[in-house]
Amino acid sequence: MSENNIISPENLVYSKTEVMTDRVLHYCPGCGHGTAHRMLAEAIDELGIQGDTIGVAPVGCSVLAYYYFNVDMQEAAHGRAPAVATGIKRVFPEKYVFTYQGDGDLAAIGTAETIHACNRGENILIVFINNGIYGMTGGQMAPTTLPGMKSSTSPRGRDVKTMGNPLKITELIAQLPGTYFVTRQSVHTPGNVRKTKRALKKAMEYQKLNKGTCFVEIVANCPSGWKMTPVQSNKWMEEHMFPFYPLGDIKVPE
Amino acid sequence: MKELRLMKGNEALAEAAIRAGADAYFGYPITPQSEVIEYLMMENPADRTGMQVLQAESEVAAINMVYGAAGCGKRAMTSSSSPGISLKMEGISYLAGAELPCLVVNVVRAGPGLGTIQPSQSDYFQAVKGGGHGDYKMIVLAPATVQESVDYVKLGFDLAFKYRTPVMILSDGIIGQMMEKVELFEQQPRLTEAPDWATVGKKPGRDSVIVTSLQLQSEEQEKVNLRLQAKYREIEKNEIMYETHQCDDAEYLMVAFGSCARISRKAMEMAREKGIKVGLFRPQTLYPYPYEALNKLADKVKGVLCVEMNAGQMVEDVRLAVNGKTRVEHFGRFGGMIPSPEEILNALEQKIIGG
Repeated sequence: MSENNIISPENLVYSKTEVMTDRVLHYCPGCGHGTAHRMLAEAIDELGIQGDTIGVAPVGCSVLAYYYFNVDMQEAAHGRAPAVATGIKRVFPEKYVFTYQGDGDLAAIGTAETIHACNRGENILIVFINNGIYGMTGGQMAPTTLPGMKSSTSPRGRDVKTMGNPLKITELIAQLPGTYFVTRQSVHTPGNVRKTKRALKKAMEYQKLNKGTCFVEIVANCPSGWKMTPVQSNKWMEEHMFPFYPLGDIKVPE
Repeated sequence: MKELRLMKGNEALAEAAIRAGADAYFGYPITPQSEVIEYLMMENPADRTGMQVLQAESEVAAINMVYGAAGCGKRAMTSSSSPGISLKMEGISYLAGAELPCLVVNVVRAGPGLGTIQPSQSDYFQAVKGGGHGDYKMIVLAPATVQESVDYVKLGFDLAFKYRTPVMILSDGIIGQMMEKVELFEQQPRLTEAPDWATVGKKPGRDSVIVTSLQLQSEEQEKVNLRLQAKYREIEKNEIMYETHQCDDAEYLMVAFGSCARISRKAMEMAREKGIKVGLFRPQTLYPYPYEALNKLADKVKGVLCVEMNAGQMVEDVRLAVNGKTRVEHFGRFGGMIPSPEEILNALEQKIIGG
């Protein structure tokens, strides 16, 4: 098959979405961020809302998300993305607004902004990447670090007696009357990737209804932070993260 | 057509925000400025102009909501009082770094800490010398009347958009709480066209707009800093405002801003009645500061008294301006105490004339 045949439309089985730029991702090999980015970008593409979408990047590993999503974006201070998104959505109620945040950003320093944006029922999508660790700063304990899990600030494992318990913020968020759709997914197998994309697409589309906040958690691996190979980290995630953070819909529209 | 009303400072300022064509206000209650958001909620400007008003969960959230709306090219503002302004400082630094326009009102109360709800000018340093982290400045307007509180809302938004920078109105509990006659300007239209730096949704054929204050490369960050500094030099060249009272024949000079300048003016009149030739210099912009004008005045006088409701903050800029040409002394009451004209006159006689 010649190269022309390969790229002819009838032979194409996959192409990169226009909603991702051509920049090389800075993420570590095997990290889930790239796949999560692409699923959100493809969802935006398929909904045909690239020109009406405004994103908010967090502080953390995905601080440079605005280089990869080919939509207008704002970079928020650490933890403040839901407040920034509120400001955007209030002046542009007809736009599609999303935040993309890690566990430290969303569930530690930004807990108040997260809970109150959800409790007001801001018509935004919050994408929450939970890998149980601070990746960018070098593997410190996160609000979602599992009991006994080692990190650079819990080198003997998280002792819940002195370091507190991991926060299941997604279950907490689902209790709030302002949330419309709350789900927990992963991107570590092709099947899970497809489910995640469906969830993200639904969540973006729901913004049209003005029914409240959509919240999609993606449990992800962090090979560098966990000091594992990508394959080991996915196995560890299945064995340890999923029992504590079970996958599936937590709150679905009635 | 002139519209005259008797209004409380905070409420007049809120009315001015609607009339200035503000798109959004985000705030959090704190004494002595809660009337701003109360007035806006009662007035429901969404019906009048489409302006959005939201009570945030915190000062921190409010300033970040301002960031989001400002990033969309909208006229966004917040107001608070000293402890709340401290919380907003992170956001103000990000706004300055991302070069976003916004209006921040500080109705100052005395500190440090929770302090008291009584008026003060003790946030001068925080307003003009930084406050948040990093090399940045914000334009600081210091109203002395309810009228100026109103006029500076419009001016503040204009300057914020002219330079893409945060602007602060540094008011205090006296001006926020007192009632005065005020002339309201006519309703201005809200912005209809988005600037090209605003996130409005990517249009085909143009790159996506990114609002950020992050530059990982030092070379790039230095370029940002140089651009900001060039902007500040422009502001210093173009936007200085001050007032002088009876400075032509003055042998002594008082320098004061905001409500303290009004009390000092009374002290000046009392001194004049006693035959003391004293003038008053009132900076209306605290950044940019009128260094040159004050420096020239210092040539002609035998001493300068800086009067403030703090322990001595603006006096440092007065000394920089005077640059050793003549004596500079400070007189202040603080902790929520307000100096009387008699006290100021007494300080002038003791510290400057007799000293």
